[in-house]
Formats: sequence, structure tokens, C-alpha cells
Amino acid sequence: MKKYLIFLFILYTCFLFSQEILLNIKDKPNDDGSALLISWDTSQIISSKIIIERETSDGKFITITSSEEPIGTFEDGSKIITGIRYEYCLTAYDSNGEIIQITRTTGESSAQWFNKDKISLLIFALLITISIVYYIFSARSGKHLYIRKIAGLESMDESVGRATEMGRPILFIPGTLDLDDMQTIAGLTILRKLAQKAAEYDAKLIVPVCRSMVLSTAKEVVKEAFMKAGHPDAYDPNSVFYLTDDQFGYVAGVDGIIVREKPAANFFLGAFYAESLILAETGFASGAIQTAGTAMPSQLPFFVVACDYTLIGEELFAASAYLSKDPHQLGSLKGQDFGKAIFIIVLVIGIILEISGVHFLKDFLTLH
Amino acid sequence: MGKSKQIDRRWLFLLIFFGVALPLIFTIGLPLETTKNVQMVYDLVDSMPKGSKALISFDYDPASMPELHPMAKALVKHCFDKDINLIFTAMWPMGVQMVDDIINQLKDDYPDLNYGEDYVNLGFKAGAMITIQSMGKNFREVFPKDMNGNSIDELPIMDGINNFSNIGFVFSLSAGAPGIKEWVQIAHDAYGRPTSGGCTGVSAPAMLPYINEQKQLTGLLAGLKAAAEYELLINTPGTATSGMDAQSIAHLIILIFIAIGNINYWRDKKAGKKGGK
Amino acid sequence: MKRKIPLLITFTVGIILIISEFIPHKPFGQLSGELEIWFLIISGFAILLGQLSLFKVNILKIKYKQRDWQFYTITLISFIIMVTLGFLWGTGKSAGMLGQGEVISNILGYKPFDYLFHNIYQHLQATMFSLLAFFIASAAYRAFIGRTVESNLLLVSAVLVMLGNTTLGSLLTGWLPESLNFLHLPKISEFIMTFPTTAGQRAIMIGAGLGIIGSSLRIILGIERSYLGGE
Repeated sequence: MKKYLIFLFILYTCFLFSQEILLNIKDKPNDDGSALLISWDTSQIISSKIIIERETSDGKFITITSSEEPIGTFEDGSKIITGIRYEYCLTAYDSNGEIIQITRTTGESSAQWFNKDKISLLIFALLITISIVYYIFSARSGKHLYIRKIAGLESMDESVGRATEMGRPILFIPGTLDLDDMQTIAGLTILRKLAQKAAEYDAKLIVPVCRSMVLSTAKEVVKEAFMKAGHPDAYDPNSVFYLTDDQFGYVAGVDGIIVREKPAANFFLGAFYAESLILAETGFASGAIQTAGTAMPSQLPFFVVACDYTLIGEELFAASAYLSKDPHQLGSLKGQDFGKAIFIIVLVIGIILEISGVHFLKDFLTLH
Repeated sequence: MGKSKQIDRRWLFLLIFFGVALPLIFTIGLPLETTKNVQMVYDLVDSMPKGSKALISFDYDPASMPELHPMAKALVKHCFDKDINLIFTAMWPMGVQMVDDIINQLKDDYPDLNYGEDYVNLGFKAGAMITIQSMGKNFREVFPKDMNGNSIDELPIMDGINNFSNIGFVFSLSAGAPGIKEWVQIAHDAYGRPTSGGCTGVSAPAMLPYINEQKQLTGLLAGLKAAAEYELLINTPGTATSGMDAQSIAHLIILIFIAIGNINYWRDKKAGKKGGK
Repeated sequence: MKRKIPLLITFTVGIILIISEFIPHKPFGQLSGELEIWFLIISGFAILLGQLSLFKVNILKIKYKQRDWQFYTITLISFIIMVTLGFLWGTGKSAGMLGQGEVISNILGYKPFDYLFHNIYQHLQATMFSLLAFFIASAAYRAFIGRTVESNLLLVSAVLVMLGNTTLGSLLTGWLPESLNFLHLPKISEFIMTFPTTAGQRAIMIGAGLGIIGSSLRIILGIERSYLGGE
């Protein structure tokens, strides 16, 4: 019996000690294998600080993190290579800086072929993509696709005509962001059509830009448009020019152009920030007919107030399809509408489920 | 646009000028109360344990200084009071000077603060979203050195900072892009870090959708008023508090002009009816 | 051929970037990062193109003595001064070709570049931004006229938000008891901004998001080519 009790005591002591520090190394899920997740629990011992180190290829230990919290997690993403087993060492110190205990463990990272956290995103992306591609191809079969009138785009002829009659230039601003923003590209697609019309009417076009990448693209777009209109000789390479990357420096430059050149028509199509109203109000004061378009929700009210026509959000992106009347492009708009229908359905279901206290849809749609 | 008689807008400009300038010289001291979004930011900073680390990105330039600088100062002051170690970055080139300016303003109040231990200025890095994404993967590759050319391995404040994991919260003081939106998408959405921000009053409506149940944004300091509220919360009235009088008077002038505009419109409409068609 | 190669590049890069969003494994995870760095490098080179354009356009205007040519001279002179000062003595703590310029810094209180930055550039920027206050006032005066039911609604919400966003709101309703907290103008303003405004903003964002997906697909599939100058 005594032996039995001693055995139980030893077993219990071992159990207690084994519980003192927990150090866990796990592969970070859904990544390219460049990180390991470290978690520790030193709540069983009274430590005031812990230091976690990792062994390098030359056998030395480098500090990865330190903490005063007894329980915590840390993501080690510094130079982790897939397939290598790394040894980690946790050292717990007391308030005097004396080492209480050292625990070692190992872990290995691996890369995943699919990010499961983004499954909801993939499903929606696929649904919308399939619907857009489907409608693009169905448009090919000659099916008539209706598109409502967009006043801002219909007015282009009026603006160019007015500029020609008055003998004043047309000003085009493709926003203040770079070419990696889709709004800038949408603005440039409208510029192509506008430049073509300006060439046909023999109106002067001014395009000051605030990004160098946009400069080269806008130049190419205007040049091609003049060639397409049959007036390559009318193209002035200096009509598209760079001012500055600086937001308000650019505004000052454009305002100067508006005041000096007094354009008959102003087009502000692209991404805008606080400069939107400064530009539009200066244009309004100069008496120009103004068309604006942006997907920046906070700038839309300013444009609505100061401009004659405003393309709101998606209308800016629909402009290219609208102006070209190309069935393929129109088909893609129909696909977008289908996407919108999906959103509305999911939103309504989501609201009902949330009110009913069922949260699975919200959890499913949340990106982690 | 209405065809009703309108007052020459230059009169309005003149009144706005005096309406803003005079209260800045002669302070009135109108009362102020705290709103929910500002309280959320305050609570976030207040809940941070002593010695924790926060990343504050200065994503603005001198143009937005009047609105964003007071809130930057109040926030940094609150963090220093709470012994939170601050890592400063800038996604806008001019942001670096903004950090320096704030530190210079607060230096006398906190003589014991040590560079490299209590705060560090990592400087500007081009690349916007790409830079933030790379910071999430490996901080040290994006910022191997600080503003002064010191290796970040030698700075005690950077011990254990390899990505966003050891950062208590991320705060972006933003005047546009890159700014709050980009930080939310990466620091919160991809890495799950509590993220908050301060922006100009004009851009606030675009940021509000991010204050939701998922706490993509933990509160928001929007414009001068939020800065004044924050100053009130930390009991340090500053430029925002004095600027609020100016803002209030300017708003009042606008409201009076809106009223005049409407009266003119209704009078013209009435006169038109009386005159017959 | 001139069109086909860019279209092929667009298609390949577009597809790779979409795939890399869902596949973190090598080489996709890394490729997207690499391509993003390429964009940075190319835009770095393009800055030179912008500066050349700035010089060319301004010099031509000065050369042909176009109307207001003096302004263009100021632009060029300011540009040259800032670049030269930056090169010679650097900015902030970084040294220039002639070192840190301690002597000048002692006189000016800053390095020459920083001196101009703090004393001219900073104020010019703030001035331009300040124009917004005046323009918002004139735009609000024009816009908020109660012509229809909708514009009346807009007018009322604008007044409530304006009052609530300033100390005037607290002054007017601050005396209300706690039980009538919901009538506090700052609270009403916050409600308008948080719910109706945010709902509208979200709707616009969803529409714009779908527009971006549609436009991106058109560009990736080569249906939309006008950004290349073609149909």
C-alpha cells in the first residue's frame, strides 16, 4: 500500500511539473509556410517575464519575443523556411531576474494550397464572375440589352459643342490617384471618347495629370483618339502634361488653369479626395459646364452640388460600356446587376437570421 | 440651381473669414460633450497594459495639419501617459515631418522619454498597401532601419516586433489614400489587430461604415471636433478646443446664410405666384 | 502585335493576382508580392517622365512668351531651388553632397530645404486646403434650398448635423435631462451619420465594388481596351 502511495505521489509530482509551462508551436494555417504560431501558458508558475528564443542554423538562439503576460500567443514570421524543424526555447524569469524554468519544443511550418478563410470570398467572386462572363457571351448572340440613360454621359456632345462654339478649351481631370486605381482607368476610358469628339469638333483639350504613370497612358489615349477621329495632325503632345504629385499643389495648378484659360467644359472623372470641391467650385465660378464622376462616396455630395452632371459610383465604371454600346461590354453590366441581386438577397437573409439570433451566415462571410 | 436672387458669395467668404479668425483670437469657450466614436478610441488606448506597443502611422501632410495635428498630439500624449511604447511610421512622405513636429511639441512634457526605448520613428516607406502588407509578413524587411539609420535590431522598443502580432493596436492619422482604409484592410482584416484612426471631417462619412460589429475600426476621430473631445477626455485643452469656437461660429454663419437663401427662395416663389403665370 | 502583347500581359498578370488571393502556396503567394514591387519600380522610373514633362511644357510656354509666362518661370525656379538645396545639404537628418550644413542650419534654425518646407511649402498647402472652408460655405448656401420634399429632408438633416458637429449643439441641448439624452443634438447628429448616411455610403460602395469587378474582368478578358488607346 505504501509503495502504491509513493508511486502515486511521484506520478502526481511529475504531472504537476509537466503542467508548469506549456509551450506550443503550430504551423500558421492558410499561409505560404512563412510563419509559426507560438503559444505559451506559464500560469502554473509565478514568473514576471518570459523570453522565447529560436535556434538558428548555426546553433545559436535568437530572441523572438518577450512578454510579461503569463498566457499569450505570438506569430513568428521572421525568416521561417518551410520544411525545417525549428527549436524554440522559453525561459521564465522571476521578479529578481533569476531563471525559474526553461522549456524547449520544436515546430515546423508548411504551405497550404488553399486559403480556407477566404472560401466565402471565392464563392461570391465565382458567382459574380460566372454571371458577368455568362452575360458577356449571351450578348454575343445578339440579344438586345437595355441600358438606362446616363445624363452625364449624354451631355458630352453638348459640352464639346459648347466649347467649340465659345472657342474655349475642354479641361479633363482623371482624378488624383495612380493607374493602379480602377477609377483612374475608368476616367481614361471616357477621356478616349471625349478626345475623339474634341478632335471631330476641332476643340482644344487640356489634360493636366498628377501621376507620371497616368501621364504616359493619357498621352497614348488622346493620341490614339485623335488618330481614330482622322485628325492626327491636330494632336498636341503638350495638351497632356504633368503638374505635381502633391495633392494641393495639383489643385493650385488646375485652379490656375481654370481661372486663366476659362475652359467651357470641365470633366472631373476619377478618384478624388478633399480637392473635389475646390476644383468644382472654381469651375462653377468660371461658368463652365461641369461633369464629374467618382466612386469616392464622401466626395459625391460636393460634386452633386457644384457640377451640372455627376456619375455616381458604378456609373463611372459603366461609362465605357455605355459610350461604346459594345454588346460584350453591355453584357458585363447585366452581369454586375445579377451580382447586385445576389447581394440584396444575401443581405435580406442575413438581416433576418441575425434578428433571429442565428449567426452562421455572418460568421461564414467574415474574413479572418 | 435656383434662379432666386443670391447674395454675392464674396460676402459669405468675408464673413467666414472673420467668423473663423476672431474666435481664434478671442476664445469664447463653448461647451462640448463626448461622442461614442471618440470614447471608443479613448477606451482602446486606456485599456492597453503598461509597456504595450502601438503603431501610429502619420498618413497626412501639412495641408491637413490644422485638423489632424491636434488629434495626433492628444493621442500621442495619452499613449505616453499610459506608458505605451509608440512606433511611428508614415505612408505619406511628409508624414515623417509631422511625427517630428509632434515629438518636439511634447518633448518638454516628457523629459524622461528615450528614443529607441519609448518611441521610434521608422520614417516613410513608399508602396502604400503593398508596404502595409509586407509589414504584416515581416516588419524587419520593410523597415530594417529607423529614420536615423539605426538598425532596428539595436532598438529595444523593436524587440520581438516581427509583424503586427506584438502590436497592441494600430492607429492611422489619415488625410486620404493610403490611410485608414488600407490599414483596416491589412492590419485588422488580414491580421486581426485592433485598428483605429483619425481623419479629416470631410472624409469621415467614408470611414464610418468600418465602425461595425466586426470592429474593423475601433472608433474614429473625425475632424477638429473629435480632436477637441479627445483633448477634453485627457484633460488637456489644446488647439482643437480653441479651434472649436471658430468652427462653431463658421457653421453658424453658414446656417444663417442657408436660412437667408431659403427665405429668398420662398419670397421669390410667392412673388411669382402673385404675379401670375 | 502592338496591342496583343499588352493584352496578353494584362490577362496573365490579372489571372495570377486573382489566383494568388486564394492560393498562399509558392509560387502564387510570392508572385503577387513580386508583381506589386514591379509596379513600384516602374512608377519610380515614371516619376522622371513626369518631371521631364513638367520642364518641357513650362519651358515651351516661357520660350514662346505665352500669356502669363511669368508664372511658369516661378514654377521652374521653385523646382530648381528645392532640388538643389536638397542635393547640397540634404533634408532632416540625412546629409547632402556638402554634408549637414551646420553653419546655415545654425542661422536659419533648419536646413535650407527644411526651412523652405516649414516656412513656405507647409503654409501654401494649408492655404489651399483652407479654401475648402469657403467653398463648402458657398456650396451649402446654394444647395440647401427646400424646393421639394427630398430637398427639405436634406436641409433638415444638414442643419441637425451641422449643429451637432459643433459646440453649438451642446450649447443648445446640453441642458436637457439624461432621460432626454436622445434629443441631444450631438447624439442626433451621430445617429444621422452612423445609420442613414452609412447605409447610403455602403450602398454606393457595394455598387462601386461591383463596378470595379466588372471593369477588371473586362480589362483582364481584353474586352475593354480603351485604356490602351484602342476600341
